[in-house]
Amino acid sequence: MRFSGWRVLREGLTGNRGWQGHWRDPDPKPQYDAVIIGGGGHGLATAYYLAKDHGMTNIAVLERGYIGGGNVGRNTTIVRANYYLPGNSEFYSHSLKLWEGLEQDLNYNAMMSQRGILNVFHNDAQRDSAVRRANAIINQGDDAEILSRDQLRDMVPLLNYANNRFPIQGALLQRRAGTARHDAVAWGFARGADQRGVDILQNCEVTGIRTEGGKVIGVETSRGLIRAGKVAMAAAGRSSQVAAMAGLTLPIESHVLQAFVSEGLKPIIDHVLTFAEGHLYISQSDKGGLVFGSYLDLYASYAARGNLPMVEHTMEACMAMLPAIGKARLLRSWGGIMDMTPDGSPIIDRTSIEGLYLNAGWCYGGFKATPASGQCYAHLIATDRPHEAAAGFRLNRFETGRGLMDEEATGAQHNLH
Amino acid sequence: MRITCPLCGERDRREFYYRGAALAAPAEGDSPEVWHAHVHLRDNPAGPVEEWWYHQQGCGSWIRVRRDTASHEMLAAQLATSGEEG
Ligand SMILES: Cc1cc2nc3c(=O)[nH]c(=O)nc-3n(C[C@H](O)[C@H](O)[C@H](O)COP(=O)(O)OP(=O)(O)OC[C@H]3O[C@@H](n4cnc5c(N)ncnc54)[C@H](O)[C@@H]3O)c2cc1C
Ligand SMILES: [Zn+2]
Repeated sequence: MRFSGWRVLREGLTGNRGWQGHWRDPDPKPQYDAVIIGGGGHGLATAYYLAKDHGMTNIAVLERGYIGGGNVGRNTTIVRANYYLPGNSEFYSHSLKLWEGLEQDLNYNAMMSQRGILNVFHNDAQRDSAVRRANAIINQGDDAEILSRDQLRDMVPLLNYANNRFPIQGALLQRRAGTARHDAVAWGFARGADQRGVDILQNCEVTGIRTEGGKVIGVETSRGLIRAGKVAMAAAGRSSQVAAMAGLTLPIESHVLQAFVSEGLKPIIDHVLTFAEGHLYISQSDKGGLVFGSYLDLYASYAARGNLPMVEHTMEACMAMLPAIGKARLLRSWGGIMDMTPDGSPIIDRTSIEGLYLNAGWCYGGFKATPASGQCYAHLIATDRPHEAAAGFRLNRFETGRGLMDEEATGAQHNLH
Repeated sequence: MRITCPLCGERDRREFYYRGAALAAPAEGDSPEVWHAHVHLRDNPAGPVEEWWYHQQGCGSWIRVRRDTASHEMLAAQLATSGEEG
């Protein structure tokens, strides 16, 4: 079934009785060429590009819960390529280009909205680093602009320009950045993979990884043993546990990140806004809810819910930066478990076990990576060579110290990211 | 989340600085592999874990806390002995 304006019209006139499920619900086969552990955005995108770019269609995605129940459905939907660090920078640039053609490619409405992201800065040091970042982004061929305080004020009058503690000096603007409907991204990739023959197996938890003579031969699951010559991990917050099934210990600690959504309001915030001081990011969903979040809770957690100190901090930051929204009621908050690496950057690599691949460590920022992560991981799985856009995402960089990608410039130490 | 400092009693999480998994520091002459494991690799269990917290806004003690990462339950807390917090 293809989506089109004509199809919507026809269904509208015939009682919407012709829509079908977006993917099949097959039983697991005893053997595949490759299986992917984790039906989040990255796992599904990987399956999609394995089928589309490499013609590997005898494959399955194994998801212990349901499609969209992990971080792919819990994030604050921000998509951007305003990175600075070599290695990360070209990867996210590549990803944003994929986002721009994704809906046509998938024939699926992911509500991709290039509404622009504004990173507000509050002091000279932050301004200088924003200018340096903007220059790097432009040199790389992406878009960036520096707005003065007055220019920002014309564009976003709602901010608290009278805040003396965190004065607003201006902002770094990337117009091509924005948001995408996160669930739809998962559903679109699931449907696209399914249409190319990939089996999407929900309620199928991987409980063991079988190896023989240093080679992977399959996985044990809640739905039985599934054999495969290639096994690809994409389990986000659960990466450590899945890797441990193969006897691997990862440079990862899992942390909770919370997010919040307010009641629906008329359009008041037209862009994605972030604030360097106090750390806050906020945008308005197409339904009208304000979607926002701030820091990690900053201690190891698998609770998928946070703690009140970070709720309070986030609300304080909101009141400092956008006091106008102080009367909006909060509808919901939730948490997601992030796989934090010591340097804050991801890993896409082979492991020491032949046929076992690792995609992990996306920290707080892996939603924007979804299409590129899938494409680069698929390239690695199919060819055993890294894709050039993700060539820096090596697992051994922690061991050798070479090629560390210290995105936050806080060092390669666990409790600092 | 509240943490029990052995000296000060049960206190708000905000008084504490989180250091991470409680691991014994390798000796100076240990191999690079041992140091790599110490600095970067983590068991990262979903369940009870031993970790270091520092009572920054209290008595200034380093505390070894046993905490369940799945439920956030505090299971035990004791003072680190001299130099132990590695
Ligand atoms: C609150 C919050 C806000 C965020 N905001 C942003 C943002 O604005 N922009 C951005 O770029 N990033 C953001 N992120 C980060 C981003 O969501 C993640 O980095 C990214 O979604 C992770 O990749 P994934 O989608 O594949 O993970 P997931 O969707 O979590 O997929 C992993 C899947 O693996 C499954 N799994 C685990 N163990 C097993 C097993 N043993 N067997 C089978 N399946 C298993 C899980 O059930 C899960 O579905 C945010 C994260 C959170 C939590
Ligand atoms: Zn104390």
